[in-house]
Amino acid sequence: MSKTAVASLLLSTALSFAAISAACADDKIVKIGALSDQSGLYADLGGPGSTLAAQMAVEDSGMTGKGWKIDIIAGDHQNKPDIGVNIARQWFDVDKVDVIVDVPNSGVALAVSNIVKEKNGILLDSGAGTSDLTNAQCTPNTIHWTYDTYTLAHGTGTALTKSGGDSWFFLTADYAFGAALERDTTAAVKATGGKVLGGVKAPLSTADFSSFLLQAQASKAKIIGLANAGADTTNSIKQAAEFGITSGGQKLAALLLFITDVHSLGLKTAQGLNFTETFYWDMNDATRAFAKRFQERMKNHNMPTMVHAGVYSSLLHYFKALEALGGNPHDGAKVVAKMKDMPTDDQLFGKGSIEPNGRKIHPAYLFEVKTPAESKGPWDYYKLVSTIPAEDAFTPLDKSTCPLLKK
Amino acid sequence: MAAETPELKRTGAERESMQALYAQLLVGLINGSFYALLSLGLAVIFGMLNIINFAHGALYMMGAFVAYFLLNIWGINYWWALLLSPIVVGIFGMILERTMLKFLTGLDHLYGLLLTFGLALIIQGVFQNFFGSSGLPYSIPDQLRGGMNLGFMFLPVYRGWVVVFSLVVCLATWFLIERTRLGAYLRAATENPTLVRAFGINVPRMITLTYGLGVGLAALAGVLSAPINQVRPLMGADLIIVVFAVVVIGGMGSIMGSIITGFALGVIEGLTKYFYPEASNTVVFVLMVLVLLVKPTGLTGRAA
Repeated sequence: MSKTAVASLLLSTALSFAAISAACADDKIVKIGALSDQSGLYADLGGPGSTLAAQMAVEDSGMTGKGWKIDIIAGDHQNKPDIGVNIARQWFDVDKVDVIVDVPNSGVALAVSNIVKEKNGILLDSGAGTSDLTNAQCTPNTIHWTYDTYTLAHGTGTALTKSGGDSWFFLTADYAFGAALERDTTAAVKATGGKVLGGVKAPLSTADFSSFLLQAQASKAKIIGLANAGADTTNSIKQAAEFGITSGGQKLAALLLFITDVHSLGLKTAQGLNFTETFYWDMNDATRAFAKRFQERMKNHNMPTMVHAGVYSSLLHYFKALEALGGNPHDGAKVVAKMKDMPTDDQLFGKGSIEPNGRKIHPAYLFEVKTPAESKGPWDYYKLVSTIPAEDAFTPLDKSTCPLLKK
Repeated sequence: MAAETPELKRTGAERESMQALYAQLLVGLINGSFYALLSLGLAVIFGMLNIINFAHGALYMMGAFVAYFLLNIWGINYWWALLLSPIVVGIFGMILERTMLKFLTGLDHLYGLLLTFGLALIIQGVFQNFFGSSGLPYSIPDQLRGGMNLGFMFLPVYRGWVVVFSLVVCLATWFLIERTRLGAYLRAATENPTLVRAFGINVPRMITLTYGLGVGLAALAGVLSAPINQVRPLMGADLIIVVFAVVVIGGMGSIMGSIITGFALGVIEGLTKYFYPEASNTVVFVLMVLVLLVKPTGLTGRAA
């Protein structure tokens, strides 16, 4: 072995010891990475708004006043799993990030969740939909906060099937999220006595949905389930109206719809749609106050989506766990375990808890979009149809396939 | 209603699937009209100016946004937008040509490509900064609402209008460039600018106007698509790559080639959406590869 090789070996050993000792010491330094689609079709529902929500959580927690030093960095995964994974890897290895928040796009979220586990970091996912994050692919380092495909399926799917929409056709986004949403909704529809007549898988970011909509129309299903999100959903809804699908008696189920989507469609097109969310800005004084502060600071003056609210609420709970631990152990699994031990309580989602599989549970709400006449002004879009209690809104623990649950 | 007559009630599954096929063909044709309009603009710009205009998608997006502003700020309706938006965006294009693109004449294609690609990113970024990514609503003008039942499908009147209107515009552009004196000057100016100048024709001005025309066509496509798609900053970015494939398949710079290929590829894509939807956003590129392998100059292109 040459001298330099020995020297570099010694040096690297010394460095790794230094790294370990640094990691062992509890300090009061936290680094947050807001990983999102900053410029693509999901940028409005997550994106810069999620970074702002993280910022507001840091400010509202009052942690900096108690001697904590908290930094936030933002990253753009461009809806590509490989890019998301690279950013996450760099954040853990170089930037010493402790916790990654948001991560919409299920494909990216599942990939990032693996890296987070490998690096023993923390993923507080708000934007992604797939219920796999707390089922087959759950990890001790991930908490799935805001909603998942099970919620959407059992909110909208069950409600519409019960009210007579007993035959379904799916228009599905052709990636992890769409597949999970179609699967979960199919299960919910069948459990309620409905049947699924067929479906079509459309590539992500399709501009024109008319071909797919014609196939849905030809299926003669009573409900056309849109298992897609963001601009894909708004374009499908707009074009379905154009092709006379809704006036022909078929009903659209926008399985995942955000307030930014409704705003973008306009009430004239969106009115009457039923969908499930876990947060709406105009629910009580606390949500209104949060939304107002958020809107003022948001560059395009959008109201917060449930994803933004989830980023805010998950970080507040994370800070509580850190305070309870008395410092940042820089040990993802340990902090997540602490977060699961503590009941959650914040102004946006109310009281709740985190299941052992990493699923944060809270009530979900079935909303209907108001008609232009019912709306009192901009952003006054939803009326509450029913509240789905927390235990019905998410996968029951005995049905969860998460390996963490097997002792 | 045709579907209610006794004879049609007896339709078997076979006829039903044929009907579905007709519907897909027609929908393909509708999408093809956008491809044709956009690739036509690209072909005009490439054929006359030798610039690979990567800003085309962004300018198409601007066309839709201008229509939105006209309606929501000044209350100017769709019909006027069809005229005004291409003019406004065309002037913007001419400014780009005069202040930047002009200096790239004679240089390698790569420079023009990089410059216009950068411009596209900047324009999209600026719009996204102010309007977010979800887009804005623009509704179908009242005169073109509703639809007609063709028996095999429900055709929205607006979509029918798009096909007819873009066909007319495409053919008019083709006529202008290939069959008029002005077009002859243009083509001559591309071949030998010095000689054409010697005849007393202001070649730089003609080039600027041509760029404006190509950009105006993109903006026109933007206005046409505003009522169908959401008006979003990224609406062009999603489309431009496909349109480039159309131009390559049709033969770079060939006017008629790009029109025909635009419509044809819309139909092929529509059929793919029916038979194998998962491949619908790749089929155009598979075709591009095949065409380039067999005939590198494109279907109608002449060897350079």
